[in-house]
Amino acid sequence: MAQEEQSGRSIFTDLDDGSTNEQVDKWQRTARLWKETLIEQWKMLTDELSVKLSLFVVAAFVLIAIFAPLIAPYPPLQRQYQGDAGILIEKWADPSLLGADNGYLLGTTAEGFDIFSQLVYGTRAALMVGLIAAVFTAGIGTLVGLVAGYYGGKVDDALMRVVDFLYGMPLLPTVIVLVAVLGPNLWNIILALIILQWRSTARVIRSQALSLRERPFVKAAEVAGASDWHIISRHLAPNVLPMTFLYGSFGIAWAILAEAGVSFIGLGDPNTVSWGTMLQASRAYSALQFGAWWWFVPPGICIGLLVISGFLIGRGYEEITNPKLQ
Amino acid sequence: MANEVLLEVENLKKHFKVNQGWIASLMQSVSGDGPDYVHAVDGVSFELRKGETLGLAGESGCGKTTTGMSLVKLHDPTAGDIVYNDKKLSEANDAEIAEFRQNAQMIFQDPFESLNPRMTVYDTVAEPLRIHDIRNETARVQRALEFAELLPAEQYFDQYPHELSGGQRQRVAIARALVLDPDFIVADEPVSMLDVSLRAGVLSLLDRMTDEFGLSVVYISHDLSLLRHMCDRLAIMYMGKIVEKGPTDQIIENPQHPYTQALINAVPVPDPDVGRERVELRGEVGDVVEIPSGCRFKSRCPDYIGDVCDQVVPPLEQKTDAGVDQDIACHLYESAEGYDPYAELASMRDGDAAATDSGDDASAPADD
Repeated sequence: MAQEEQSGRSIFTDLDDGSTNEQVDKWQRTARLWKETLIEQWKMLTDELSVKLSLFVVAAFVLIAIFAPLIAPYPPLQRQYQGDAGILIEKWADPSLLGADNGYLLGTTAEGFDIFSQLVYGTRAALMVGLIAAVFTAGIGTLVGLVAGYYGGKVDDALMRVVDFLYGMPLLPTVIVLVAVLGPNLWNIILALIILQWRSTARVIRSQALSLRERPFVKAAEVAGASDWHIISRHLAPNVLPMTFLYGSFGIAWAILAEAGVSFIGLGDPNTVSWGTMLQASRAYSALQFGAWWWFVPPGICIGLLVISGFLIGRGYEEITNPKLQ
Repeated sequence: MANEVLLEVENLKKHFKVNQGWIASLMQSVSGDGPDYVHAVDGVSFELRKGETLGLAGESGCGKTTTGMSLVKLHDPTAGDIVYNDKKLSEANDAEIAEFRQNAQMIFQDPFESLNPRMTVYDTVAEPLRIHDIRNETARVQRALEFAELLPAEQYFDQYPHELSGGQRQRVAIARALVLDPDFIVADEPVSMLDVSLRAGVLSLLDRMTDEFGLSVVYISHDLSLLRHMCDRLAIMYMGKIVEKGPTDQIIENPQHPYTQALINAVPVPDPDVGRERVELRGEVGDVVEIPSGCRFKSRCPDYIGDVCDQVVPPLEQKTDAGVDQDIACHLYESAEGYDPYAELASMRDGDAAATDSGDDASAPADD
């Protein structure tokens, strides 16, 4: 066939004449590559037992958050009883789990809120903060890192000086200041966390992009005339994806911890229930001195479980990105 | 047809800034010195004819890879220009650059690094077609893979690079370079990372590529025996300059420049009885940041003939006693173009003497 053609002529000549209407959908192929990349990494990730367990824990919390109104017996901020003389502060009810006959699984707080319902609704706040902050920190960090690493030079300098500036700010104190200025509101906490957290992702992704852009396959795409965006999205991004996920899952854990910390010192959103605000209330009413452990131990366990799960998933990704750890 | 010039490189230079960090550059701006540059390619001129195979040879660090990368516009040259289709690339508009990109491709040394691990063979080979919006994607990809002897082609479509052997990967890279039907290809050490057993197959594929596509190829290699086998013409580079160029047979049989002689001497001959005069090079390649004056090869040259070599840069030119088409940059031979390095040496001395007359004048006359 082609080999029999005259020397000096293209082996594609016959193809150019008969224009078949064959159309391969570029986007479909690109989407397929991304899908295969994701599936492969998912398989590598779920290879490990600890990661499987962590994913299970996170999935359980996600279900609880979604079905919170069905699981919680009472609205979280509804007083279950009034004091005799209209006094708000009242002795809490013991948990029915320990034999009290009142229907409050984990008892009530001193303000008369059902602790179990608060715990269930608190999952929503924790996951919202964790997931939204993680998606945005990983997303912004990856984009900034890729752009800085690929373009280099002045773009890199400018973006990395911004990152250096953010690195100069300690996480928790800055979040506290920002929330104090912007107002105690869950969205402001998330915003403050996003502003501070993308720095580490950006720095790591940049270093990856710096080494990737010198690889011959990127050079080959450049020789073929690929645009910058084409190279970043097809050649760089799929290869830094494990790092993005690694920092994303660490981001979940850090965001939940930070939100709990900020809420604990009283800068939480007063209109939403989170595990941090529960801890803060229990401290304000000296639950520890009165031995009412059912008030502060459950939210603590929940924070711990979710944070540890986040870190374990991150560690699973670390093993993908750094095979020496395996 | 055969001698039609496809690509002309005019005095191409590529210098890389030495990165020293901002404190050092601050110090330099205070003291008034400019930043240091690595003179990777320092004034290279040659032309690539239609359908010919040109070899670029030289030891590592001589700038042959940088030259190759500049040819496909992976680097913007510091000075000089590349003329393609009677158009200087530095003055070309976007459409002309896009056309150049379609017609200039590169094959890289390391087949393990030159394919994106996250892309299938099909997508890798089809990518250039998508970038240039060329139709008949599947048919072209299949044809290119078949040409690269990856048969049956469909079987390779959905494979990822890690499922392929080194030779197969290099064939995929070749298919990717060919799929756009380019005018010329720069092949940077295309087989040096392959197992010896696979080299012959890939080399014969590259050979076939030049025959059947009518392609021009620039081969970059340190392996002279390979270049002799593959190339019509050779250019020998040393420290960013071409020291000798000409038809392959002439250069291999009758090398003129001392450096070329040493290189060819270093190629092993599989015959223990062949006695030959050994020319051994001493020392290392010189400093490419602080370029020495005169001939760059002077410190290692076995035929060093004194001040001319030390002071006057030898131009690449025809010599009276060398073959036709063979250009040599060395003062050992008499220029066929009437250039006299000694006259230039003398005028440089005069200039020096005039400049240093008022100051210390002891050194200038002492040399005579």
